[in-house]
Amino acid sequence: MSEATAGRADSGNLDLRGDALRVLDHNELFGLQEYVQQHAAKRELEAAPSDEEVEATLAWSRGWEYRELNFAREAVVVNPLKACQPLGAVLAALGFAGTLPYVHGSQGCVAYFRSHLSRHFKEPVPAVSSSMTEDAAVFGGQANLIEGVENARALYHPDMIAISTTCMAEVIGDDVGMFVGSAEQAGALPVGFLAPYANTPSFVGSHLTGYDSMLYAILSLLTKDASPDAVVDPAAGSRPRINVLPGFDPYVGNVREISRLLDQLGVDVTVLGDHSDTLDSPADGDYKLYPGGTPLAAVTAAPGAVASLPLQAFSTRRSRQLIRDTWGQPVLDVAPPIGIRNTDAMLMAVAEATGTEIPVEVTAERGRVIDAITDSHPYVHGKRVAVAGDPDLVLGLLSFLLELGAEPTHILCTPGDADFEAAAYELLHASPYGAHATIWTGKDAWHLRSLVLTEPVDLIIGPSYLKGIAREADVPLVRFGFPVFDRHHLHRYPIIGYAGALNLLTWIVNTILDELDRKAPDYGLDIVR
Amino acid sequence: MTISNENPAVAAGAPPPTKGDVQELIDGVLAAYPAKARKLRSKHVKPNDPSGTDEQCAVKANIKSRPGVMTPRGCAYAGSKGVVWGPVKDMVHLSHGPIGCGQYSWGGRRNYATGTPGIDNFVNFQFTSDFQEKDIVFGGNKKLAKITEEIAGLFPLARGISVQSECPVGLIGDDIEAVAKEQGEALDLPIVPVRCEGFRGVSQSLGHHIANDAIRDFLLGTKEPEVETGPYDVALMGDYNIGGDAWASRRILEDMGLRVIAQWSGDGTMQELASAHRAKLSLLHCYRSMNYICTTLEQEYGIPWEEYNFFGPTKIIESMRRIAEYFDDSIREKTEAAIARYEPYFADVQARYGPRLAGKKVMLLIGGLRPRHTIGAYEDLGMQVIGTGFEFAHKEDYVKTSKELGEAVLIYDDPSSYELEEFTRALKPDLVGAGVKEKYVYHKMGVPFRQMHSWDYSGPYHGVEGFAVFARDMDTTISSPSWDLFTAPWQASQPAPAVAGAGVGSDV
Repeated sequence: MSEATAGRADSGNLDLRGDALRVLDHNELFGLQEYVQQHAAKRELEAAPSDEEVEATLAWSRGWEYRELNFAREAVVVNPLKACQPLGAVLAALGFAGTLPYVHGSQGCVAYFRSHLSRHFKEPVPAVSSSMTEDAAVFGGQANLIEGVENARALYHPDMIAISTTCMAEVIGDDVGMFVGSAEQAGALPVGFLAPYANTPSFVGSHLTGYDSMLYAILSLLTKDASPDAVVDPAAGSRPRINVLPGFDPYVGNVREISRLLDQLGVDVTVLGDHSDTLDSPADGDYKLYPGGTPLAAVTAAPGAVASLPLQAFSTRRSRQLIRDTWGQPVLDVAPPIGIRNTDAMLMAVAEATGTEIPVEVTAERGRVIDAITDSHPYVHGKRVAVAGDPDLVLGLLSFLLELGAEPTHILCTPGDADFEAAAYELLHASPYGAHATIWTGKDAWHLRSLVLTEPVDLIIGPSYLKGIAREADVPLVRFGFPVFDRHHLHRYPIIGYAGALNLLTWIVNTILDELDRKAPDYGLDIVR
Repeated sequence: MTISNENPAVAAGAPPPTKGDVQELIDGVLAAYPAKARKLRSKHVKPNDPSGTDEQCAVKANIKSRPGVMTPRGCAYAGSKGVVWGPVKDMVHLSHGPIGCGQYSWGGRRNYATGTPGIDNFVNFQFTSDFQEKDIVFGGNKKLAKITEEIAGLFPLARGISVQSECPVGLIGDDIEAVAKEQGEALDLPIVPVRCEGFRGVSQSLGHHIANDAIRDFLLGTKEPEVETGPYDVALMGDYNIGGDAWASRRILEDMGLRVIAQWSGDGTMQELASAHRAKLSLLHCYRSMNYICTTLEQEYGIPWEEYNFFGPTKIIESMRRIAEYFDDSIREKTEAAIARYEPYFADVQARYGPRLAGKKVMLLIGGLRPRHTIGAYEDLGMQVIGTGFEFAHKEDYVKTSKELGEAVLIYDDPSSYELEEFTRALKPDLVGAGVKEKYVYHKMGVPFRQMHSWDYSGPYHGVEGFAVFARDMDTTISSPSWDLFTAPWQASQPAPAVAGAGVGSDV
């Protein structure tokens, strides 16, 4: 270190006095000379690889040879875009009024589910655990569950406790159904207390499977005495009613949008289950543990609806089967209503099932969004896009991108299966803009890195986890899906319906325009775009 | 249940609450529990008695959480992978088991580290074996062996692998130690098996201990420092470099004339874990998570250790002088010179933010260190901690905490969500500092809140410059005009938020 740099370091931040005092946080502080020097000096002590070695390895890791090695992986998973079953089960439970999510197993899992969902929704996520430790591993978790439901009822007064399981409980073979019976016998639960349970081992499926398992358990329990003929929904009045299944929906705005849209058709909606108010409640000075959720009586009446409309397919498989086979109710198996044509198809399916007309107001709303699309199309057309996320959201988004003339290039779905592949293939190959796309299921974000570095794109659309890849590829990331931890409030907007299409369009085109401005030469910084 | 606002513990203008007042509050809140849980919980919540014996003044701690109460605690895996091992940047930390644990602990903790991501820095990565049903049925050993080969092939500059066990690994009886040994030899790469299954112990705490023991058993003392050692070499222990904390702390030590030859584990490396035994002194910030290895260094290598606190001017200066006592006059002189340079800076920070923060009351619930270590920093700003507690501290932490606080301050160990909410409603603090699980509850209540695990995505809070960031952030949140918007004008007759008029000027 020269005298000059040492002097500059010492006279840096700490010696600015009084009003000149600067508060530099992590964003700026460590760019100061003294910290740059500190980091360089520390590296000498780290037995770090040489700069040349790092550069050479980095260059190799960005090439085709590495891509092939990377795709030859069979065992290690690096930066996957999926989570485990009980996370989904907790979200499903939050869709029902007065319902406390209860996860039977070791307690760290619940801390993780709560923090993970809170980081996305920016909302409190109440959930409790059986807090099982070594002794429960040996003797089973029955005593934990009995005390757990008793404590939870005393402190949190739920109307329903929705029980899912961690992998610990699954591996040791705890019988939750029997334990619930034991809790009733022990007086910890009143006989007949609503305690649906789902086995949600994290070594099977994903958060989507867990969502479905818990939804299935809740619907089964609450409608077990229902028969389709006997049930009359007293709230229905003269308007037809349908059930809407949002699935593992990261957008609380979606439920509100579908209800608004179908109201315009004259259709009433029962949401199974509605986590929009639970995970987007007002700040009014009074914390409510159960600020929303579908009323349990509405669930009991749900088999009496005209039909059920799932907004997601992959997170509602068993639940749809229950509705179709046990309730004997038609299920409108439409594509996720993301984008124009998918929304058209959804509305027509609902109109047909309910005998309603699509009113002119909806057609006008559609027209306004088409108008916006025509305004923006020059900037989106032909853009090569990498898309990653959960299967239904990705399929819906692909449909919309193709309508815009964008070119989906790399499609990555970690929890995707053969059904997803078939659906994506059909969609992409029906359009000239999708013909060159490749579909990757079971792959992770480290695979996606190889894809975008060897076959570049203009834009990446997916969860926050992709921001490092986007930076390395020097392309923007439009935050989409779950989780979005690092941008605020996107999840409060709808992405379904025509309004949702406008939101997506706005985010996508303005991201492209921001990037255009960022990279434009001075003379090209056009005031009008 | 509702706690009466007439409780003498909170009555405005009344003399400070007595232990009796606070005990009455505690009894009222705990009355909601069923008998068994109430009896057990009552040992974990007490009014402070700083004059008492250690036996009297400490609450019960490090005991199993009651099921169903909504504990803030995590698990041993979180303590090992999430806290101790995860920040070691040039090793790959494999979350061994099903997908979830690694996913939920991916990138949320802000352990800053230099280096090139994916090349020689793997901190913000989620490596997992993604166990499927067949791995549970047939065991995961073969998969683990394959994984180590793939990591070695794809990440050639990784200096080692740690295998962070998730619950099923221990339950199905996998011998990860044998695989680690065999593969480590075959690949000529240190592979460290860590038995931090989430069902072990009662909280993150046992995971810290297990992680420390794994470092001791597999890495400690296996390398020599890259430089010739000298009399002023120290190891900076128990700083996870959240938002750059360890860098700000390291600066102080370097200003004192010391050289940090090992930084554990924030921005840390395999080399630093393996060569810390050549330091002359271990300096320990997070006592709860790294006292184990410091004790090992003392017992096996004769290296003394000293706990220090780099939150806020009072504790920073006190700690610097205490550390300097281990060295010669040259260090003591540099230490005094550094303090002389820092003091006007501290005074400016206090002058800027103190007037808006003086007299504000704080409640804390954090992990194992900060509910104690940040007390001084709040007091340096004229603020007062009126309730504090830990997720996973041990009795000795509470004994130390007790001495830092006044009579009858509310102390709670592992409080349930219910308890913390009720205590907040009763004591009406101006600020609550806890985790992201708590954060949005208090936003609904209208209580200013800072997320004090990862500094609410700010920081650093350690060190000289960190104090300025800390002061700014507390002011930002307490003085935000947003807290005054909660009640619509047409609702004026309705109840106000739990903390009324928290904005600028209300108390100044």
